[in-house]
Amino acid sequence: MTTTDKAARIEALRQRYLELKAAGDDLAPKALPPLTARDGAPLTSNLVRQREEIPGGWYWTARLARGERLRLVNTQATPGVAVFLWNAADTSERYNSADTMKLQWTAALPRGRVLFSDMGRVLASVVEDTVGAHDSVVGGSTPASNLRRYGDAALRNTQENMRLAASKFGLGKRDLAPVISFFSPVYVKEDGSFGWRDDVLAAGDFVELRAEMDLLVAISNCPHPFSPGAYAPQAIEAVIWQGPSPAGDDICRTATAEAVRGFENTDPLFAGR
Amino acid sequence: MTFICTPTENLDPAKAVHDFTIAATRPWSHVIKRGQIFRIVDVEGCQAVDTLFYRAGDFSERYSAQDTLLAQGSAYVTTGTRLLSNEGNVMLTVVADSCGRHDTSAGACSCEANTVRFGHHTRYMHACRENFVVEVTKWGMTKRDVVPNINFFMNVPIDPDGRLAIVDGISAPGAHVDMVAEMDVLAVISNCPQVNNPCNGFDPTPVRVLIWDGEAA
Repeated sequence: MTTTDKAARIEALRQRYLELKAAGDDLAPKALPPLTARDGAPLTSNLVRQREEIPGGWYWTARLARGERLRLVNTQATPGVAVFLWNAADTSERYNSADTMKLQWTAALPRGRVLFSDMGRVLASVVEDTVGAHDSVVGGSTPASNLRRYGDAALRNTQENMRLAASKFGLGKRDLAPVISFFSPVYVKEDGSFGWRDDVLAAGDFVELRAEMDLLVAISNCPHPFSPGAYAPQAIEAVIWQGPSPAGDDICRTATAEAVRGFENTDPLFAGR
Repeated sequence: MTFICTPTENLDPAKAVHDFTIAATRPWSHVIKRGQIFRIVDVEGCQAVDTLFYRAGDFSERYSAQDTLLAQGSAYVTTGTRLLSNEGNVMLTVVADSCGRHDTSAGACSCEANTVRFGHHTRYMHACRENFVVEVTKWGMTKRDVVPNINFFMNVPIDPDGRLAIVDGISAPGAHVDMVAEMDVLAVISNCPQVNNPCNGFDPTPVRVLIWDGEAA
């Protein structure tokens, strides 16, 4: 390849990247739905399959069938609920924090965004969300973070909770990777340090995930390591229910070009069902 | 935006116990002993170096991006950053850095992720996670051992609203980062084959890796 050809090829690639970046940065957020109102999206109770209270500091596991929804209700405004997801049919496919952020050009994952696996497929869609402040960068607490923060490494923490949850599926430490922490208003300051937005969380907040494939779900109900205040995790409520099937114009499936392509990779797995 | 750069250490390449140039787009792996100094040189500049670390002797302990960011309280990697494992142990410490900015949030490209990001026509292109899988299988590991990694010399600013994108690298030709191993680690590199984003200026180039025994410093 001549120098001129190479320069032209690089320039063409750069132009394509800048177009994709502009679409992801500028166009996609405008297409996202607004946050769910705190008194919005009531559950249709006769379609509830399971309803659990997860005590503060504890973990929980669930299996979701494609199409089922998991609503996490932050009844007492606890600061942080960590979640990890696996494809139930092949647990080597699992939540990938880096892809979820990079593919959607954002670390902010409010209502309308989707959670990607490491295989370019969509594990779950964020179909309801009253908060819009979730953290996929820093994740959950560890014995070390509890020691630093509260002076006690023995307090319940997300690292160990996730290992316990994974073990209940026959999985182990190697099957875990960075998690997503819902109800965790973390942001990155100009100097690279992390901040925590105050007054974002309220009792009764909820997030609802729609399973886009059959999933194994692990949940750790521990405070985010950057949350202010004492260690005082409160119970949350987890509800599995059968919501409506996504329509052709479903917002999570269509809001961004990346989500469209993610579902083009996902849906063929279930074409016969 | 502050970039923390530290001066080049006076280490003689002729005295390195390992000195290897990883060709553009290719993988590499090697065990680094506790106390040894590990240097990655961005030979031609603006080349992302996707890197994973595993504890030698127990590969279930491995680099953890979230533990690293949590412990240091900053979204980027530079001089002084302790690279932590999923057990919260320090694997390596960054002791010198003439670039000043490395990413550990955006992970590595894969064939599958590229279809989502850049279009289905990019599926059959070299990708870092293919390199990682090929390399870790030599050590008895599989895809499930490949986790979000660290990207030396890759610039991925995250703004307060969460916006995140790979932008042009800031590493000049010859830029390097030095780490001291705090335990015996297996280092695995994919010398980023990505040509779809500016992490390597759309033109992958070689990098050089050197390892010195501790007393050389």
